[in-house]
Amino acid sequence: MKITRTMEISVGFFVSLGLAALLMLALKVANLTSFGTTDGYRILARFDNIGGLQERSAVKMGGVLVGRVTRIDYDSDSYRAVVEMKIDPRFREIPVDTAASIYTAGLLGEQYVNLDPGGDEEVLAEGSELEITQSAIIMERMLQEFLYSKTAKDENS
Amino acid sequence: MIEFFAWVGRRSLAFFERLGRGTLFLVQVCARLGFLLTRPSLTLAQVWAVGVQSLVIIGVSGAFVGMVLGLQGYNTLVTFGTEESLGVVVAKSLCRELGPVLTALLFAGRAGSALTAEIGLMKATEQIPALEMMGVDPLRRLIVPRYVAGLISMPLLAMIFTAIGVLGGYFCGVGLLGVDEGAFWSQMQLHMALGTDIGNGVVVKSIVFGAVVTWIALFEGFDAIPTSEGVSQATTRTVVNSSLAVLSLDFVLTGLMFD
Amino acid sequence: MPAQPHTLSAHDPLVTLEDVSFARGARVIFDGVNIEIPRGRITAILGPSGGGKTTLLRLIGGQLAPASGKVNVFGHDVQALNTAELFAMRRRIGMLFQSGALLTDLDVFENVAFPLREHTNLPESMIRTIVLMKLEVVGLRNARNLYPRELSGGMARRVALARAIALDPLMVLYDEPFAGQDPISMGILVRLIKKLNEALNLTSVIVSHDVTETASIADQMYLIAEGKVVESGPPAAMKSSSTPAVAQFMRGLPDGPMPFHFPGVDYLTDLVDGVSS
Repeated sequence: MKITRTMEISVGFFVSLGLAALLMLALKVANLTSFGTTDGYRILARFDNIGGLQERSAVKMGGVLVGRVTRIDYDSDSYRAVVEMKIDPRFREIPVDTAASIYTAGLLGEQYVNLDPGGDEEVLAEGSELEITQSAIIMERMLQEFLYSKTAKDENS
Repeated sequence: MIEFFAWVGRRSLAFFERLGRGTLFLVQVCARLGFLLTRPSLTLAQVWAVGVQSLVIIGVSGAFVGMVLGLQGYNTLVTFGTEESLGVVVAKSLCRELGPVLTALLFAGRAGSALTAEIGLMKATEQIPALEMMGVDPLRRLIVPRYVAGLISMPLLAMIFTAIGVLGGYFCGVGLLGVDEGAFWSQMQLHMALGTDIGNGVVVKSIVFGAVVTWIALFEGFDAIPTSEGVSQATTRTVVNSSLAVLSLDFVLTGLMFD
Repeated sequence: MPAQPHTLSAHDPLVTLEDVSFARGARVIFDGVNIEIPRGRITAILGPSGGGKTTLLRLIGGQLAPASGKVNVFGHDVQALNTAELFAMRRRIGMLFQSGALLTDLDVFENVAFPLREHTNLPESMIRTIVLMKLEVVGLRNARNLYPRELSGGMARRVALARAIALDPLMVLYDEPFAGQDPISMGILVRLIKKLNEALNLTSVIVSHDVTETASIADQMYLIAEGKVVESGPPAAMKSSSTPAVAQFMRGLPDGPMPFHFPGVDYLTDLVDGVSS
């Protein structure tokens, strides 16, 4: 086959189209820009119960995605779950007395870590631990408590 | 009863014989890959024939598959009131499965069958024996450039298919059905991982599929009985065998990649 | 490249087949064939269709291996050559395939230039000169921009001939060069083969079943039938031969030692069997 200029151009076009598609998948679909795996600083939080939280779950502050859960472990000394999060370096100024709680997005949605900023002057740094935490709300336990309080009330009256 | 076992035995022997010959063929092709460094222009022509020529069918199919996903996904999700997750449904199914698998099936039908027919006809019209008699190694001159072109083109086509598919889903979901644009993209970005979904899904799968489909197509062509009937049978075998190979390999790869 | 070995003098035959046997499955194609191809001559190998004449050329080119016996080309045992040496040997042999076997995705010019581009590093201007020279010899210099599908059968064969002599080979093998040709292109090819053999000091081997044309240019003829060389000699001697098989083939009689009927069950027996069963 004789190689014509048109062929060279179209092959070049084809290859760049393919690479552009990959770029689009990486940036627009997987959102490579917001969090690289190396960027950001790590913080820790201990919870009694993390519910359905997973690695790569979102970390939000005021509803804004600020980081992701990178590791989940169990500390057998304190009998609590240890959650390691990576926070985007753009959000440097988070006070140390910030509270972490595990919320559910919508009624059936995924669980994520929500950060409620405190008022301290000092800000979180690499490896800091959040002291104030609130565990995930477990549906069964809530139902149990509700039924228990209801029966207790009935007995009292 | 005895005949049945004899038949099973014969068929399995024939299968292993072909598999063995095919593997030997692949080894011989791989041993000659270095030849391309001296003649890169040969691959360029084949990327044109295998890749550029498949662009239209890949683009059109990708757009329609994405749009269908948008439509079906929306209809299902809207019953649960979670149509904001449409972006996730479209992107996940395209990147992990539909993108690489459908591209490979279309690639087998469009480029694979053309490769088999071309090589088979070259054999039938004595072009391959003529090359040998001219002291030119047909594996090097004909097969290696086509194999590498398949390896290059297939991942590129899969990426294009997936990207166009996502845009098709976006067009259908956001443009026609009124899903919130911000939710569509942000939900997608929240749940799509670069390494697993894009890297393993689109890139690794399509490279594996490209290697297998091109291998089957070239082997069937090179091994075809050099008559018009033999070439037509070989072309059919290429499409059937590579489709089966793609679907079964997809199961294995999915099992390995996504737990 | 295996150079002319010192053992091969100018008078020795260029190719010898010693007691060569070859079978395809259960079908014996050659059974102890001895052939010598003298240098600078045109040797014709005749035989009925399906008699394995193409197989003979493939044995010479090393594409097939004999079951027993020895094929010597340019003084080397073809079976003893490694792949590189075999490919180097083939570069000194031009072969004209029955269908021409031109590469269909290249035009006439590129087809003739193909062996030069594959095996030499000649500059483009030199390649052009050589290709035009070779095409001029076969009279198709002005058809150089056509594609094989635009050529008639005779023209395709002439282009293939130009390609076969592009690297100035020592020997050219012709596989059925006259089959399926109209009388004019047949005449052209006959004269071309003769002319080329003299002008380029070639050695030619023609495998054919066209007796008249082949006999008009051959120096030496072999008749192969049922896996054996039936007779050999110059054309005149072959024509006047009294051996029944030779006479049958040279004169084109339908029946004789080479039977008209495919061997098998007798006609009468076959008919009776059909009635009784």
